[in-house]
Amino acid sequence: MPSTNTLDRTNYLNATKGFMSWFWTIDHKRLGLMYLWSVIACFILGGFYAMKIRLTLSGDVDFATQTAEQMNAYNNAFTVHGAVMIFLVIIPSIPAALGNFVVPLMLGTKDVAFPKLNRFSYHLWIIGAVLFVATLFIGNLDTGWTFYPPYSTGHTDPSVITAVLGAFILGFSSIFTGLNFIVTIHKMRPPEMTWFKMPLFLWAIYATALIQILATPVIGISLLLILVEKTMQIGIFTPELGGDPVFFQHLFWFYSHPAVYIMILPGMGVMSELIATFCRKSIFGYKSIALASIAIAIFSFIVWGHHMFVSGQSELMSVIFSALTFSVAVPSAIKVFNWIATMYKGSIAFTTPMLYGMSIIWLFGIGGLTGLFLATLGTDVYFHDTYFVVAHFHYVMVGSALFGFLGGIFYWWPKMYGVVVDNMASKIACLLAFVGFNMTFMPQFIGGSKGMPRRYAAYGESAGFDGYNEASTLGSMVLMTGLVLALGSLLVSLKNGKKSPANPWGGVTLEWQTPSPPPEHNFEIDPPVVGDPYDMTLVEWKGEEEGFLPVNPRADAPCVADVKPSA
Amino acid sequence: MSTTTTPEHSDDHGHGHDHPEHLAHHFESLEQQFDAGKLGIWAFLLTEVLFFSALFVAYTIYRGNYPEVFRFASQFLDTNMGALNTIVLLFSSFTIAWGVRNAMLGQTGLLKMNLVITLICAGGFMMIKKMEYEHKFHEGTLWAGHENTIFRLDPNDVPEDMKHHSTAWDNRNGDFTMAVKDLDPEFRQKLGIFFGIYFCLTGLHGIHVLIGMILMVWLLMRAMKGEFGPTNFNAIDFGALYWHLVDLIWIFLFPLLYLIS
Amino acid sequence: MIPVALLPTLLQHTQEDFWFPTQAARDASLVDELYYFIFYVSLFAFIAIVLATAIFAVKFRRSKVGLVPEDSPHHSTSIEIVWSVIPSLFMVAMFWYGFQDFVATKQIPDNAYEIQVKAKKWDWKFVYPEGVESFGGNIDMNDGGEGMVVPLGRTISVRMESADVLHSFSIPNFRVKMDVVPGRYTYLWFIPTELGEYPLYCTEYCGTRHSRMLGKVVVKSEEDYAVWLEDQVIDLATLPPAEAGFEVWKKNGCAACHSTAGVNGIGPFLNNRYGTTETLTDGTSVTVDDNYIRESILDPNVKVVAGFSPVMTSFAGQLNDDEISYLIAYLKSLNE
Repeated sequence: MPSTNTLDRTNYLNATKGFMSWFWTIDHKRLGLMYLWSVIACFILGGFYAMKIRLTLSGDVDFATQTAEQMNAYNNAFTVHGAVMIFLVIIPSIPAALGNFVVPLMLGTKDVAFPKLNRFSYHLWIIGAVLFVATLFIGNLDTGWTFYPPYSTGHTDPSVITAVLGAFILGFSSIFTGLNFIVTIHKMRPPEMTWFKMPLFLWAIYATALIQILATPVIGISLLLILVEKTMQIGIFTPELGGDPVFFQHLFWFYSHPAVYIMILPGMGVMSELIATFCRKSIFGYKSIALASIAIAIFSFIVWGHHMFVSGQSELMSVIFSALTFSVAVPSAIKVFNWIATMYKGSIAFTTPMLYGMSIIWLFGIGGLTGLFLATLGTDVYFHDTYFVVAHFHYVMVGSALFGFLGGIFYWWPKMYGVVVDNMASKIACLLAFVGFNMTFMPQFIGGSKGMPRRYAAYGESAGFDGYNEASTLGSMVLMTGLVLALGSLLVSLKNGKKSPANPWGGVTLEWQTPSPPPEHNFEIDPPVVGDPYDMTLVEWKGEEEGFLPVNPRADAPCVADVKPSA
Repeated sequence: MSTTTTPEHSDDHGHGHDHPEHLAHHFESLEQQFDAGKLGIWAFLLTEVLFFSALFVAYTIYRGNYPEVFRFASQFLDTNMGALNTIVLLFSSFTIAWGVRNAMLGQTGLLKMNLVITLICAGGFMMIKKMEYEHKFHEGTLWAGHENTIFRLDPNDVPEDMKHHSTAWDNRNGDFTMAVKDLDPEFRQKLGIFFGIYFCLTGLHGIHVLIGMILMVWLLMRAMKGEFGPTNFNAIDFGALYWHLVDLIWIFLFPLLYLIS
Repeated sequence: MIPVALLPTLLQHTQEDFWFPTQAARDASLVDELYYFIFYVSLFAFIAIVLATAIFAVKFRRSKVGLVPEDSPHHSTSIEIVWSVIPSLFMVAMFWYGFQDFVATKQIPDNAYEIQVKAKKWDWKFVYPEGVESFGGNIDMNDGGEGMVVPLGRTISVRMESADVLHSFSIPNFRVKMDVVPGRYTYLWFIPTELGEYPLYCTEYCGTRHSRMLGKVVVKSEEDYAVWLEDQVIDLATLPPAEAGFEVWKKNGCAACHSTAGVNGIGPFLNNRYGTTETLTDGTSVTVDDNYIRESILDPNVKVVAGFSPVMTSFAGQLNDDEISYLIAYLKSLNE
């Protein structure tokens, strides 16, 4: 069945042409690609502000002579960097971009359950993104991405309004995406694909979607309350009017802590796919990884108070939240151990996506372990709002979520565009990103331990933080070089990349059973054969041209209804 | 819901489907399509509940902290209006539920009638709500930061044309008169918080009623074209579920805001 | 490269502490000990992870083992239980010690010496039980403040309030931190054990000059502290007007917005300002004379110099006529 000369066939990329055939499409694959490029564009915007932060801190301006305008510019930079990277990059990165592309393929279906809603989500996303970008021109948004009142509601300019409105709309985009995935996974699995025959990426997306639909509405209403508080002084959060600013923090973190898992769970899902495929071995402890995703999703809802140990919340609450927080650490650790155990006695191929995968194990290791210091009450009070926290969450958000996103892009790139990117340039890019990332954030752990506070436009000389900042900026240059090179290697491949067979890596999940790139309705013959998603003996290597092919070719496959799930 | 009337469908997941008229290309069967829609709408309603939840939590916290403020504040609300609105919404829930039944049985005429009645009820609800709001703006029983609120921390700050409300406030039935300006300043300020929550909750609910009305008009237009019938009533069914939720939220709002004693 | 970055810590007991600023309060050691407990557990776990991945990556590389790996188990309930339970036990220990330290450092002892901290954008003001006040004191900013002066070895409790937005009061050397929340009081306490000066940071973002909301804590011996308190009771009338003006200037935190070193902040800098002619936001101009300065203190947002926002709060009722006169004298003295 597989035709090797895939690009000549009609596929979802060349089936129809013109702007509207993309903009008004309901094809999940095209929507996924549009999300992908939109997210990359936003990432460049957020990255620009990241560099602005780094350059300011490594001595562009002098502590003594820095003017109010320069401070405002810095405060704006860290706010925009945080808000763009969180709301416009990491949250939609894997679920909306990769998820949209991959989920229906993995399920062997033609599309998500509600294709028009899917398109609507994307259009909402665009509106939210436009509002965010508009914010940059309206005023000097300088609240931090957390929008804490009373600063945001009573002490800064109206750009908060567009930013909050943008985040609100993005929230609904995220809710509808999550809702779509939940229904798709529940109702559109092929009959033979039981829950425990589902690829782990789907488990991760499902757990993520649960958080998206349960937590995002709460941030929606909280941001709306900030909006009415700012425009009408409703009083709920404003101390002068009898309100309580700490109440907002509870609402905010009720969403924003689970949101951390919206960002990291899909990264873990990608990781599970990478590690199994590139070790050519069934993933170790499938069930515990699957259930750990759900456990993390559930626990994520009851730990938000650990962001507020010094906020003035009651001490009893702090103690309870500290204890609960450790409960999230256990399933996270289980996942890491399972990935490592999968490598044992595998056949490990160091492809570009796998290099990202292996980076994740180390980076998430550091990100996760440093989380222990922040879950522990006694130490968190000291580390709260220092660079230790900044370094910690970058290890999780960038080191794991973003590296997962990149690994996923390289892994599914053949499926998206029919070309494989696995060359020296892309490997060096990964290495540079890994080294640069550690150079950027390792010094921040040390600075944070020395008490270096966050969100400072400059540090006095006597504080002694200059060395850490300079090292960090140097690292960020290396990191940026790596990321630019990675993007470059992807772009170059679109022009003259190596043509990909249906299954270049040896994955067993269903998306590898259709040509690369897939036809408009995903599968030439439907539904495809469903087996154990990690039984690597189901495919065998047939050389560069044909890639991996099923051991039992499709024509000989038994009638679908007769397929017994293999143990 | 007793909407188990599933249309006949072929059970074959195999090759070459003959697609029924209302079946989208990516579903295998009408049953799958209906189930997916049902799960989708329930998941959406769950997010709606959570959307309101923050306001209910705000209500709970402030009421827990200042129970006497809330007891006192609810006297400013017009229980009769609230009760009338409750009846109007409950009735509309009944008509829309009947409408679903009509759609399933193919009674297009009755369906249209029920949709129109539901729409009228929703409009009536909004009219009554508008009267209540106007009254509050007139009297200055408003949220903490409004320029005309009579619940200022400092009674001397109350705008001149609101002062008489602040001095002698009569409730709707004339049972009692109170001088808001003589209340303890902190207490007065917290009354403003109550009204902040009141306006947020009822306002957000009102927006949902408006969205519901748009939905009804859309459904009515489709019903006019005769689109609905025994094999195609999903939209009516899901719209009705949404409307029941809007109704349900009001059922909570009414006692929580109006009937504190 | 990561282990290399961590190497210095292994040597930390032989030199000055690698991770932390020096301890200067009694309970600071609690944080550090807890930190090192978690640190060594984590370091062990991390090294195990790195070693395992590295060894597996080398040993089971595809170029060595070929495309089809030998059979190995896909799960093992016993191993999975072991690696779930053992980390959990360590985490229970971490929680427990963290909890104990937290409770110990939260209960404010009776008879503590209570200093009030009043935070506003963007300065700290300290009010002592004796009625004396001081503020700020950052070395790099040279704001002329004395900082928060505390006696060595005494139990100090701090009652904090904010006039505007959220702030957070943090002294790394004491390992204490607490948000300052408008509309309520928050507290912390400590027992300073080392003489010296220690930085004080605002660690909750509070606007433009958040990074300048700095101060210092000065630990003095009981005797020096008593002397210091004595010295603070100043009779302004006995000082030359310009010096008295400087005292008023410091006490009211003017330096938070107005530099005297020629740099514009939230407000214009004020050295060499007296007698100049300034353009206002409405296009008219005004000469900076005694009357304009007085008006700008009492009714600051009527005549705002072009390029600045009307954000200053009025000091009417806070400064009497004498104090305003002293301030004018002080500003005059800043002309070179």
